[in-house]
Amino acid sequence: MSQTELDAKLLEVNLGPQHPSTHGVFRMNVTLDGETIVKLKPVVGYLHRNHEQIGERATYIASFPFTDRLDYFCAMSNNFGLALAIEKLGGIAVSERGEYLRVIMAELTRLLNHAAVTGFLLNDMGAFGTPLLYAFREREKILDLFEAASGSRMMCNYVRPGGVRQDVPPGWLDQARRLVEEFPRFLDEFEALLTENEIIRQRTQRVGILPKELAVNASATGPLLRGSGVNYDIRKVDGYSIYPRFSFKVPLGTVGDVYDRYYVRILEMRESLKILQQALKEINDASPAISPKGLALVKAPRTFRPPKGEAYGRIEAPKGELGFYLVSDGTPQPYRYHIRAPSFINLTILEDMCLGQKVADAIIILGSIDIVMGEVDR
Amino acid sequence: MAVDQGLQSELQKQGVYLTTWDQLANWGRSNSIWPLQFGLACCAIEMIATAASRYDIARFGSELFRASPRQADLMIVAGTVTKKMAPQVVRLYNQMAEPKYVISMGACATSGGPFHTGYNVLKGIDRYIPVDVYIPGCPPTPQALLEGLMKLQERIRSRPFGAAMDEKRGEYPVPEFGKAGLEPRYNPDMFQPRKGWWEEPAKPATPSSTP
Amino acid sequence: MLPPLEEIKTTLEQLLPGVTLAVEGIALLVDAKDLTAVCRCLKDNERFGLDYLADLTAVDYPPDRMDAVYHLYSMAQRHGPLTLKVKLPRTNPVVASVTPIWRGAEFQEREAYDLYGVAFEGHPDLRRILMWEGFEGHPMRKDYVVEDQDA
Repeated sequence: MSQTELDAKLLEVNLGPQHPSTHGVFRMNVTLDGETIVKLKPVVGYLHRNHEQIGERATYIASFPFTDRLDYFCAMSNNFGLALAIEKLGGIAVSERGEYLRVIMAELTRLLNHAAVTGFLLNDMGAFGTPLLYAFREREKILDLFEAASGSRMMCNYVRPGGVRQDVPPGWLDQARRLVEEFPRFLDEFEALLTENEIIRQRTQRVGILPKELAVNASATGPLLRGSGVNYDIRKVDGYSIYPRFSFKVPLGTVGDVYDRYYVRILEMRESLKILQQALKEINDASPAISPKGLALVKAPRTFRPPKGEAYGRIEAPKGELGFYLVSDGTPQPYRYHIRAPSFINLTILEDMCLGQKVADAIIILGSIDIVMGEVDR
Repeated sequence: MAVDQGLQSELQKQGVYLTTWDQLANWGRSNSIWPLQFGLACCAIEMIATAASRYDIARFGSELFRASPRQADLMIVAGTVTKKMAPQVVRLYNQMAEPKYVISMGACATSGGPFHTGYNVLKGIDRYIPVDVYIPGCPPTPQALLEGLMKLQERIRSRPFGAAMDEKRGEYPVPEFGKAGLEPRYNPDMFQPRKGWWEEPAKPATPSSTP
Repeated sequence: MLPPLEEIKTTLEQLLPGVTLAVEGIALLVDAKDLTAVCRCLKDNERFGLDYLADLTAVDYPPDRMDAVYHLYSMAQRHGPLTLKVKLPRTNPVVASVTPIWRGAEFQEREAYDLYGVAFEGHPDLRRILMWEGFEGHPMRKDYVVEDQDA
């Protein structure tokens, strides 16, 4: 029998917005040729809650609880970004102890984010639940620390311009030191389960390759960018807050596939532990938790009228570069409040990474970009 | 026919259990509610934390979060429902098999939450589908979600089994996208907007009787 | 290191004859018609090497002005930021798209179009991204009135 051409049409499939592995309400219109992806158009906006409009109506301080809900997984670092932007705009100095506490919270957030993202990625791959539950077990320990410091597990609303809202209770630092001592044991167990695993290597190596130049051109940041081998970590480049005091490395990938991004995250967790050890050793009781100008802003938000101008403050959030662009017109409310969300911009390159791959790979590639819909849609 | 408590406990010691058909069926139904995997926003993370090992929702019977609405009993609307997402929520609710329940988890699903002034935020999912339990919080802690689940279990146990099975709710109308919002803005058969106490016009001052 | 703004202005005006720029605060003002030439020069010239577009947004100044704002950094030379602003007329804000130069602008330009109404010429797929297709109006403009859901 001769080989005849199959008269096949392209199939358009809709993935989402309610789907077990789309990390929230995310929709992809995928055009398939058999199992291979020919075109992929993301559709977002299902969680557009207009943070920017609320930011224009509220005072600078009142926007802090809303920043918790941006990347709702890592609430502490979102607050940090907004605090940096307001400090630039209003020229507010930060107290020493406040700096240390902010860095400790940001790095603890990075730990819990990377562990949970790896868990979700493996959930998508079919390891239904086990790594995710291990990661959530560690997450609960860190959330206990957050609840003791700020009063809430997730939506902490803790960092303020000039420092932090209140000092940590006695005994908190010792508990944090114990956690940092025990965390490497969990990481070793996690890695022993996953890194050399044959199935994970087969499914993630050489899948979703992102070349260096395309990553830079597409404004990718965070582990997505560093997995492709570009050495750009805002903690090193900008040297914001007190990060220049700590010694840590920036792990880079070589190929730019899903495996590299996963491994970059594991190595970043180890580097975060180093920063935490140094910060917890150096922190002392000398200064208050928030600087005087910051305290004045917190107590009377409507009297804070920054001079007319603009500021762009950015941090290395666990997902990438989180930036806040504030334009002030001299009133207590910002004239323009814009959020540069890493997950939204990292999604630009999703189509290019998925072309030519199978549908199952598209889910894994999406998991390795690490998106959170609260940030994508703002 | 009421059975004397003393007789019941005597029989139980011998290994004979007396109950009604309603109680038995409702006991089974309330202890095996399968939720639909439907996390929209931040509350979804607390829902996952409830399903994780510390606050174990599996001990209440809800271990399996089904991905398909056809296999689920309970829809936990966890997170802000935006106008763009609302038609999908109603469609999913229509696709669930009866008897079905809805828990509105968090402030956003109940009434729009902190984002209620938005141009894309729906002020509560109970404008279009009936809700059984409202859980306040932003986000509600896992303990609060489990309390809400227990309240739902009580509700299931309180209705006779036959009546629950016979009730056919039918399909709820799916809203359409309009120019500035959804059309209709709410389902008039089941929701009437109420003015908050702060929106009522100020009452005229009554003269005081004391000099 | 990125040179100070005045020096960037004079260097660009030398490299691109016919282009005039201005400095306003910490931003460099570019005319809408010169945007593509200036951006290409900023990206390709080794003196600047601004290969990373961090942020692209719009700011509304009723009644007659709307700004498009660009934040540029360099990943190769690890310097920045440079803020570019383009002043546009509010009734018909049209500017050239920078997506052919920096691919990362694709979604951000769609968002500026959706929420503010700024039309980007040369964008491969300019349509609404956050609101649904039949939505009318540009919600982040200062004069947009949100519908009353209880009416």
